[in-house]
Parts: sequence; C-alpha cells; structure tokens
Amino acid sequence: MKALAELKKSLGIALWFMALTFPVMVIRVNTIERVVEWRWRNMAFIGIGSFLLSFAWRLLLARKERGRGKTDTGDGTIPAVRRRLLAAPGIRQPALAALALSAAAFPFLFSSYQTNIMTTALMYVMLGLGLNIVVGLAGLLDLGYVAFYAVGAYSYALLNHHFGLGFWAALPVGALLSVLFALALGFPILRLRGDYLAIVTLGFCEITRLVLENWNEFSFGPSGIANISRPGLFGLRLTLHEATIYFYFIVLGLCLATLFVVRRLQHSRVGRAWVALREDEIACEAMGIDKARAKLTAYTLGAAWAGMVGVLFAAKTTFINPASFTFLESAMILSIVVLGGMGSIMGIVVGAFLLILTPEYLRAFSSYRMLLFGTVMVLMMVFRPQGIVANVRQVYRYRKQPESEGCAGG
Amino acid sequence: MPLLELDNVATFYGSIQALKGISLSIAAGEIITLIGANGAGKSTTLMTICGIAPPRAGRILFRGAAIEAAEPHEIVRRGISQVPEGRRIFPHLTVTENLAMGAFLRKDSTEIARDREYLFSLFPILKERRHQPGGTLSGGEQQMLAISRALMARPALLLLDEPSLGLAPLVSRLIFRIIRQINEERRTTILLVEQNANLALRIAHRGYVLENGRITLEGNCAELLGNEEVKRAYLGM
Ligand SMILES: Nc1ncnc2c1ncn2[C@@H]1O[C@H](COP(=O)(O)OP(=O)(O)OP(=O)(O)O)[C@@H](O)[C@H]1O
Ligand SMILES: [Mg+2]
Repeated sequence: MKALAELKKSLGIALWFMALTFPVMVIRVNTIERVVEWRWRNMAFIGIGSFLLSFAWRLLLARKERGRGKTDTGDGTIPAVRRRLLAAPGIRQPALAALALSAAAFPFLFSSYQTNIMTTALMYVMLGLGLNIVVGLAGLLDLGYVAFYAVGAYSYALLNHHFGLGFWAALPVGALLSVLFALALGFPILRLRGDYLAIVTLGFCEITRLVLENWNEFSFGPSGIANISRPGLFGLRLTLHEATIYFYFIVLGLCLATLFVVRRLQHSRVGRAWVALREDEIACEAMGIDKARAKLTAYTLGAAWAGMVGVLFAAKTTFINPASFTFLESAMILSIVVLGGMGSIMGIVVGAFLLILTPEYLRAFSSYRMLLFGTVMVLMMVFRPQGIVANVRQVYRYRKQPESEGCAGG
Repeated sequence: MPLLELDNVATFYGSIQALKGISLSIAAGEIITLIGANGAGKSTTLMTICGIAPPRAGRILFRGAAIEAAEPHEIVRRGISQVPEGRRIFPHLTVTENLAMGAFLRKDSTEIARDREYLFSLFPILKERRHQPGGTLSGGEQQMLAISRALMARPALLLLDEPSLGLAPLVSRLIFRIIRQINEERRTTILLVEQNANLALRIAHRGYVLENGRITLEGNCAELLGNEEVKRAYLGM
C-alpha cells in the first residue's frame, strides 16, 4: 500500500520533529522558582502539526510527479490557455485598458498611505526589471545589486544637500554615476563565473554599505542625510497629499518606460547575445559574440536602473541612511526576480507586487514575515521552479520567411 | 599564400604547457586533419586558433594577417568558425534559433535564410526538428546542428572538433560525407580534429599527427595511411 507507506513516513517525521524540538518547546526551566515546567501540550501540537504538514507535502509532491508525466509542455512552449489569452486582441486590449485606468485612478480612490505603498511596489518592479537584465537575461548572478541602488540614492542626497541639485537633474546623474561605478567594477569581476561572481558582488555590496556607514565626512555615517527635496512641479507648492500623488505618477511613468525598454532589449541583438551567454559561454564566443561586452552591457544597464530607483527612493523618503542598503535588500530584489520567473517581465511585475504588498497588508503577521518568506521560497522552488509566470521565450525568426515555414510553433 | 599558418605556437593552461611549438599550414580549399591520442592537444590547437585559449608564444596568420592576439569574436568576424568539442549547442533554443545564433554577426537576412535552407537540404532531419529545443535532439542530430550553426557564419575556415564523437558508425559516415560535400560545394576550408583516424584520413587531403603537444608526422593522407607508426597507433592495425 502506497498510502500506508506515506503515512508511516509522515509519522516518522512527526516523531523526529517532536524529539528535535523537545528541549526548546517542552522543557522550560523557571530560574526564579527553580522548577522545571513540562509543557507536554506543545509536544502534541508539534507532533500533529508536523504529521499533517508532512503528509500534505507528500501528497502534493506525488501529484506533481504524476502531473509531470502527463502534461509535459516542453521547454519554452506556452500553456494553451495563456497563449490564447495573450494572442486574442479581444481580451488583451480591454484588459490592458482596464489595468491602465485602475493604475491612473488608484491615487484618487485610495488614501496617501495606500498610494505610498503602491509607489514602493512600483519601485520594486523597476528594481526587479533592472536586476532581471543581469540575472534573468544575461545569467550573471549578482548579489550586490543594492550597491548601485545606494549609489543612486546617495548621489541625489549628497548633490541635493551640497549643491541643491533638483530631482529631475539628479535622475540621470544618479543613473550615470551608477553606470560608471558598474563599469569600474565590472571590468575586473565579470571574468568570474557563477558562484565566484555571486560572492564577489556580495562582498562589494557589503563594502559599499560599510563605507557609507563609516566615512562620516562623506556620507554622514549611520545618521544618514535628511531633508532631501521632493520632486518639484514647475515651482508649485504641493500639499503632502498632492506630492504623494505626483510622485506616484512619476514612478508609474518611469515604470512603464522601464517595461517598454526592457521588452525592446529582450528582443534586440544584445538581448540575443545575452541568451547565448546564459546558455553556454564557450558556444557564445564561438558565435562571434563579444562575451566581455555582452556581460558589461547587462551589468551596467542593470546598474543604471538601480541608480535611477535609488534617486527615486531618496526623493520619496527624503531621508536615507546606510541601513536601507543591506544585503537583505539585494536578497529581496533577487527573490522578486526568481519568484516571479527569471527573464519573464510579467512574472517580475507579479513577483514585486506579491513580495512588497503582501507584507504590507499582513502587518498582523509581521513577526512571522521571514518565516513565511522562507516557506514560500522553498515551496516555490519545489513546485514551481520556473517562477510564477514562466518566461515565454521569444522565438527568433528570420525577417524573410520562406513560404514553407508558415507560423507554426511560435 | 596559405589560408592559415601556425608558426611555432605554444599554449599554456596556467603552468601546464599544452602546445609545445606547433607549426602547420592550410591552403584555401583543403581539408586537413589533425589526429592524435587523448590529451595530445588537438582541442587546444583549435581553441588557440579561434582565440579562446590564446597562445603565449608563436604566430598565427590568417590570410596573411596576425590573429594570435585577436579576441575570439574578432576572429569569427574574420572568417573562422569552430564546432567545439562536445557540440555545445544552446539547449533551450530551438533548432532555428540555434542556427540564427550562428549567423549572429551577419545582417543579410535573405542570404541567411538561403544558407539555412541549404543546410536543411544537407540535414533534412534538422528541418523536421526545427521547432524543437536543441537539448532534446539526439547526439547525431546535435552534431549536425552544431556543424550547421557554425556554417551559418559563412566561414572561410571551419574548425571541427571530433564530429564523430559518440556517434554510431553509420551517422559518422554520413557526417563525414557531408563535410566533404560542404568542402566541395562551398569551397570551405576545413580543419578536422579526429580520434577516428581511419575515417578522417579518408576524406582529408593532408594530415598532421600530434603527440604531447608536438607535431610528429605530417603528409598527405595516402602517405599517412601507409605509415607503419600511424597504422599501429591510430588505425589499430
Ligand atoms: N582548461 C584546461 N585547463 C588545464 N589543462 C587543460 C585544459 N584543457 C586542456 N588541458 C590539458 O591540455 C592538454 C591537451 O588537452 P586537449 O583538450 O587539447 O587534448 P585533446 O587532444 O583534444 O584530447 P581529446 O582527444 O581527449 O579531446 C591535456 O593534457 C589537458 O589535460
Ligand atoms: Mg579534444
């Protein structure tokens, strides 16, 4: 009996967990009254809980295995439903219009608080899309993405503080400085592969944060920089509520621009070079692709977006300090990319909204945030490793197609 | 003037010297084969020519111009394509996409489409499989795809690294026949690295024998096939 064996295994796991958590969950030594409490009830809870969870886990896994046998859609093919949805203009256009309308109406229907949250989510969409260029498209595992975010934020904060530079001027400057930073860094480190690159970028991210934290004369150390100007609107004086709405629209606009650019990039020549790079480095070189340049382009373009969002971040919060640029932030952005579906634009949008909005609206569970986060990640990797929205790869075609080719597949 | 000329080329991997002064020359239109035991340095020779493992000493002239210091992509642009050892096709890209990658440096889309049709006519199985991801092809099909992909760059010189590796004898023979056909129809010069000396020496014009990073023998194929040492070491006779 298969089910019986599964039950037995789950029982074993429950027992194991009970033993494992025994010292922490059952025994409590009360040092004041010098007695030992035995909380046997906890043990029962853990036993039952881990038994049920483990059994559910096994069931799901078994179903997944069975499902794989039947409906293997193969690499790169789109499930039929989604393909039809994407293709039909009758559905696609109204859906897009409705989406655009609700995005435009959002700040007028909801409070400043909600608008702010939504702005943050949109900023993470941009960060996710930027990192996606590096990780999802070019296949370079960058764990230090937040360093460029910090460069952008500090460029605006410092330039504003010392020279009164405005937001709109700082936006390209922040992006440019990040790009320069990425160039300087990229030359030496992009020779590294895979895990080495990951470790070096991680180190770089920590170094950046430590420098910001300790170089007081330059960055004002841990106390950070306050009173950064918000973006102005032709010298009008805006109330806080109006400013929030205005900022929402700035971010929305930039986000749309990002979507557009990333889409174009994906299907461009350099986008194809990235695909080759990701798939096989030696073959990529044998195709006559300049590997070093393809890597550097991906790295610097990603950095440009981080820098830009950094400026946005500084303008939104009007206060920054190094604590906002820890490795955890890099991990968060990377999670958006991985969870959403590497290389998939839709996936990253969905991923960013899920990861940013869910914790905001589940404040009640905030102490379990990391636990939930970890659980979701593990579940995703087991049951949907391709991400929420799997990447629908563009099929490259020759511009002139012989008639025999038709448009099958796709 | 030879199409490609190697003059006393030495290549190192760190402190290990893989090529200990190799000299060879290939005239336009020739098929040259390079045979040798495992670890003799055959793959390294190809990697050195196409710039992925640049030499520490010696000269490489392609059409009379020095290329030993050029970047790999620059060398491809000059007209040298490689089918690397182990094929290395892009596993998640379809057959058509793999071919398109081969033409990465070209912009003449009508000619690209024509070349693709030509290759489909050489390997009809690829046409049947054109929407299938490369990673799902059989070993022989992958080899055909790798050769086709390299030819999509319209190289003057094609470097082939063990095209018969892991293939059934019948498939290897088919591939060798087509290599010959490409050489005759397209005037593509070919440098063929092979373990299967018997097959290689039958389609090539001339051959070199590589041992421990040095060339120990060279000559036209009839001579090599008749050479006692070659017979013993590489033909198993
Ligand atoms: N990346 C590398 N790093 C260090 N040493 C290497 C590397 N690649 C090859 N070598 C060494 O260089 C020598 C020549 O290797 P090469 O791959 O050129 O041999 P080969 O003639 O192609 O052999 P085979 O027939 O097995 O493919 C070998 O001793 C090998 O161990
Ligand atoms: Mg080899």
